[in-house]
Amino acid sequence: MTDIVLSGISKAFGEKRVLENLSHTFAGGKVHGVMGPSGCGKTTLLNLLLGLLPPDAGMVGGVNPGALSAVFQEDRLCERLSAGANVRLAAPRLRDKDALRELFEEIGLPGAEKTPVYELSGGMKRRVALLRALVAPSELLVMDEPFTGLDAAMKEAAAACILRRLRGRTVIMATHGEGDAALLGGGVSLRLERRL
Amino acid sequence: MLSHKRRAAALAALFWLAVWHIASVLVGNDILLVSPLAALTRLFEMALTPWFWSSAAFSLLRIMGGFFSALAAGTLLAVAAARFPLVKALLAPLTGAAKAVPVASYTILLLVFLRARSLSFIIAFLMILPIVYDTLSEGLRNTDRKLLEMAKVFRVPPLRRLRSIYIPQILPYLISAVGVGVGIAWKSGVAAEVIGLPQGSVGSRLYEAKLFLDMRGLFAWTVAVMLLCAGLEKLTLWLIKRAARALERM
Repeated sequence: MTDIVLSGISKAFGEKRVLENLSHTFAGGKVHGVMGPSGCGKTTLLNLLLGLLPPDAGMVGGVNPGALSAVFQEDRLCERLSAGANVRLAAPRLRDKDALRELFEEIGLPGAEKTPVYELSGGMKRRVALLRALVAPSELLVMDEPFTGLDAAMKEAAAACILRRLRGRTVIMATHGEGDAALLGGGVSLRLERRL
Repeated sequence: MLSHKRRAAALAALFWLAVWHIASVLVGNDILLVSPLAALTRLFEMALTPWFWSSAAFSLLRIMGGFFSALAAGTLLAVAAARFPLVKALLAPLTGAAKAVPVASYTILLLVFLRARSLSFIIAFLMILPIVYDTLSEGLRNTDRKLLEMAKVFRVPPLRRLRSIYIPQILPYLISAVGVGVGIAWKSGVAAEVIGLPQGSVGSRLYEAKLFLDMRGLFAWTVAVMLLCAGLEKLTLWLIKRAARALERM
């Protein structure tokens, strides 16, 4: 897997400068945590990696826009569709019903694949969002606080599922605590500070 | 058993029928105000004649033809305007003007160029097009940007985006456009027929009723139009919801 290289990245929203001349290299095929207090620019950085925001200055290198996957800060699920249909949005080739059922069992949601998303609880929705990101064919998996809303047991089950399905992908995850990256066998490789 | 909502609606309708009946008794002149019973009796008498059905079919086909054509064209234009800012800018003055022009002006102008037979089709089309265009444009503008970003990241194909993101989000807007539009299509279509007098149309029958002071006939035709309008609104909404569900399941 290619390294992801940030070269002199800057991003501001109006007067508020969120990222300033940030340079960093994320080694390919590893799990990286990006840590920092709220408002320090973690989500902005992830959006830059996903190509959802253009940087004001600098470059993001090593990202293949056709091989991305993400767990967003919000679940971003289509409420009227079933949980399974949401997962299949990211992986159209996942047509095998048994494979889909097994995936849902693996993440601790047995039988939920047919349930409309609006009937799921917050923790269940989060795990559907995680599954969607895991099944999408990708080289880079970007996750914004992926374990939000999950209790300790759910978090462990979700982390185990992620680890089984990583298959050498590069993971960059925004987190408030060091433990989340460690759960996935990685560490915090970038700490951001809030800019005043 | 009727639901509470339906019972309340039926009682409200009965109340206003009673008000109409009392008013007609007080006026005591059938030429000024017929009773609901007289209007309904006339409607049943008319319903037994072939010319009633041929007139209803004449107007129904043209008005609903205009309505569905406007629904299709308005949808395509709204999508084009959402995609291309130039289309949106070009259409803005046109839809603004179209909404402000009175039916009578359109009708008289069109009668210079067209035969009266196709008048209600064109008028229904012209009246409904800006409504559908504006309502769907609003729906497309309000489509959840975060879901669209998700679709971009996961490279969701356009047809799947349409089914999973756009249709569920614009469906309430489409239903609202249909709810408003069917009534307006009938009102404007019949008004155009009253001016243009295409032979064998509901509008020409209404005109004849007015000409011969046949107030029972006038009220009966009005009730017939209201029933057709309500029935078609329900049918159209049912068809749209079914089509949307089928598309989502594809």
